Amino acid sequence: MALARPKEDALAARLGRLAPQATTGWLAGAQRAAEARLLAMGLPTRRDEYWRYTDPASLVAPDAPAAALLDAASLDSAPLDSGDEAPVFGAIERLRIVFVDGVFDAAASDDLTLSGVEIDRLAEVGGRTAHWAAESYGRLEAQGQLPVARPFAALASARAGDGLLIRVTGQAARPVALHYLRRSETAEATLHHCIRLEPGARLTLLESGPAAARLTQAMEVEVGPGAAFHHVRVQGRDHARRAATHIFATLGAGAIFKSFTLTANGRLTRNEAVVTLAGPGASAHLAGAAVGDGDFHHDDTVFVTHAAPGCESRQVYKKVLMNGATGVFQGKILVRPGAQKTDGYQISQSLLLDEASQFLAKPELEIYADDVKCSHGSTSGAIDATALFYLQSRGVPRAAAQALLVLAFLAETIEEISDAALAEDIRSRLEGWLSRHAAAGAA
Amino acid sequence: MLEIENLHVKLEDEDKVILHGVDLAVGAGEVHAIMGPNGSGKSTLGYVLAGREGYAVTAGSARLDGADLLAMAPEMRATAGLFLAFQYPVEIPGVGNMTFLRTAVNAQRKARGEAELSAAEFLKAVREKAKALKIDAEMLKRPVNVGFSGGEKKRNEILQMAMLEPRMCILDETDSGLDVDAMKLVAEGVNALRDAGRSFLVITHYQRLLDHIRPDVVHIMAAGQIVRSGGPELALEVEANGYAGILAEVR
Repeated sequence: MALARPKEDALAARLGRLAPQATTGWLAGAQRAAEARLLAMGLPTRRDEYWRYTDPASLVAPDAPAAALLDAASLDSAPLDSGDEAPVFGAIERLRIVFVDGVFDAAASDDLTLSGVEIDRLAEVGGRTAHWAAESYGRLEAQGQLPVARPFAALASARAGDGLLIRVTGQAARPVALHYLRRSETAEATLHHCIRLEPGARLTLLESGPAAARLTQAMEVEVGPGAAFHHVRVQGRDHARRAATHIFATLGAGAIFKSFTLTANGRLTRNEAVVTLAGPGASAHLAGAAVGDGDFHHDDTVFVTHAAPGCESRQVYKKVLMNGATGVFQGKILVRPGAQKTDGYQISQSLLLDEASQFLAKPELEIYADDVKCSHGSTSGAIDATALFYLQSRGVPRAAAQALLVLAFLAETIEEISDAALAEDIRSRLEGWLSRHAAAGAA
Repeated sequence: MLEIENLHVKLEDEDKVILHGVDLAVGAGEVHAIMGPNGSGKSTLGYVLAGREGYAVTAGSARLDGADLLAMAPEMRATAGLFLAFQYPVEIPGVGNMTFLRTAVNAQRKARGEAELSAAEFLKAVREKAKALKIDAEMLKRPVNVGFSGGEKKRNEILQMAMLEPRMCILDETDSGLDVDAMKLVAEGVNALRDAGRSFLVITHYQRLLDHIRPDVVHIMAAGQIVRSGGPELALEVEANGYAGILAEVR
C-alpha cells in the first residue's frame, strides 16, 4: 500500500540523514530488507492507534533535536556514565563495552574476549559474506511488526550504524555491560544488537547511559531451550534526550527471559518490548521503574505472546510522576490457541505526586485458549497521606518519608531483578534521584 | 510537660468545630487518662497534638516543655519528644518494619544532633525490646503492620514507643480491639516505660485499661471540652454509671 504523501516525505527525510552501514556483505541485504519493510509502513503520526498517547513528532523529525549534556564539565575526567553520581554498575564485575554518541569506542572498552561468549561488532563484520547473525538480523523485528507496526525498530534495522552481535554458547563468565555515553549535544545514535543464547546458555546483559540526543535502537534476543537471559538497563538522566528502544525476544522450551529497566528523566522515552514464549514451560518477566520530574514523557509498550503451553509471563511497570510528567503504558498479553496452562500477569501503576502529572494506560488481554490464568490491573494514585503522617509522627522528615513511600511503591519492580548486587545498585540510584527531587510536595 | 490552653479546633475543610476550648496540663512523670463518649473529640486532640493535616486550630495553644507544638512539623514534634500511639496503626506495604523503626530512630537522633545507631546497636536494642512485647523476628521483617492482627499492631505501636523513648506519650484507644491477654501485654509494655521524666496521656472509652495502667488523673471529655477531672475513682464512676450521669450534672 502506498503511503500518504506527508508520511512518505517524512520518511524520506529521516532516512536521508542516515546511511546504511554496509554496502556489501550479509548486512547490506538485511538492511535493504528492513528498509523495504519501513517503506511499506512509514513513520507514525499521532493518528496511529499505538501513538495516541505519545507524540512521535520529535522521533520522526529528520534531525535529532539538540539535548544539553547533563554535566558537560565532568566529561573529560569522565566516569563511565557522564553526570551520574556514581558510575552505573560500577561495583559490578563486568565486561565493559563503551559506545560514545552511538559509536563503539574500542579504547574505552574492555577486550571483547569472554569465556562462553562470542562478541562481534556490527560495523566490523557486517561486510563479510557470512556470519551467524546473517539469519538473525532483523528476523524477530520483522515478525514483531504484526499485528502492530513498530516503524522505529525497522528504522534501527535499516540504518543501524553500529551494534553488537553476541552469541552465548555457555555460561557467560561475567555480565556484559553496554555503556552509552554522550559527548555531543546533537548526536543521533542508531543501534542494532543481535543476541543469541544457545541451548542452556546464560548471559546477564547490562545497559546504561543516555546514548545520544536521540537514540533509535533495536535488540533481538533469541533465548534457546533451557537458556537464561537477564537484562538490567538504566536509561541516562539527561533531561532533554529522546529514545525509541525495542527489545524483540523469542524463548525456547524452558527458557528464562528477565528484563528490568530504570528510567530517570528524559524528554521522551518509548521502550517497546515484544516477547514470544515459543517453547513450552518458558518464563518471561518484564519490569520497569520510571521516575520523572517535569518535562518527562515515558512510554512502555509491551506485547507478550504465549504461543506454547505451560508458559509464565509477568509485566510489572511502575511510574512516579511529578510536576507535569507523563507516563504511558500499553501492554498486551496474547494467548494463542493451544497455549494452555498459560499463567499471565500484568500490572501497571503510577504514583502521581501532583495534579499536573498524568498516567495513560491501555492494558489488553486477548485469549484464544480456555485453560489459562491471566490477570491484569492498572492504577493511578497519590502518596498515601495517612502513611506519610504516620512516618512523620515517628520523626521521619517529610521528604524522607515521601522517598521511603516512593521506594516502597517501586519495590515490586526491583524485586524482578534476580541479582542482589544489581538490585541494590538500582535501589541506591533511585534513592539518589529521590533525594535530588525531594522538593516536590505530596500535597 | 504538656500544657494545653483553651484549644479550639475545627475541621479544615468544613465548618465543623470539634474542640471547644480544651484546658489540660500533664506534669512530668504523670499519667493522665481522658475518657469520654464517642465523638467527644478525644482522638482529634491526639491528632492535633501530633500534627495531622486536616484540622485548623482557631484559638488556644499547646506546649511541650514550653515549646509551641502547634508551630512544629509533625516530625519536629516527634523529635521534641511527643509520641502518638495510633488507634488504627497504618499499614505501609513495601516498607519493612525494621527499616521503618531504624529510619525513625536515626532520623530523631540525627535531628537532635546525636550519632546514628549502627546496624548492630540497633538490632540489639530492637531485639531486646521486641522480646518483652512478644514480637518475633518474623513480625519485624514484615512490611509495617501489613497482615498484623489487631493485637500485633498495638504491640508494634508500643515497640515503636519503646525504641523512640519519647517523654510525652499519647495512647489513643490502645485497648480497642484487644483481648484481655493482649491488653495486659500492652499495659506491661507501657508500665515498663513509666518513669519520673516520662508522661502519658491515655485516651480510652473504658475503665478496664486503667486497671492495668494506673492513672494519676482522669479527665472526662464531652462535646470538645474537658468537663470533669478527678482521681482514678472518676473512672470507676463512669464504669458504674456510664457518662450520662456526669454529663447531665455538668449541663
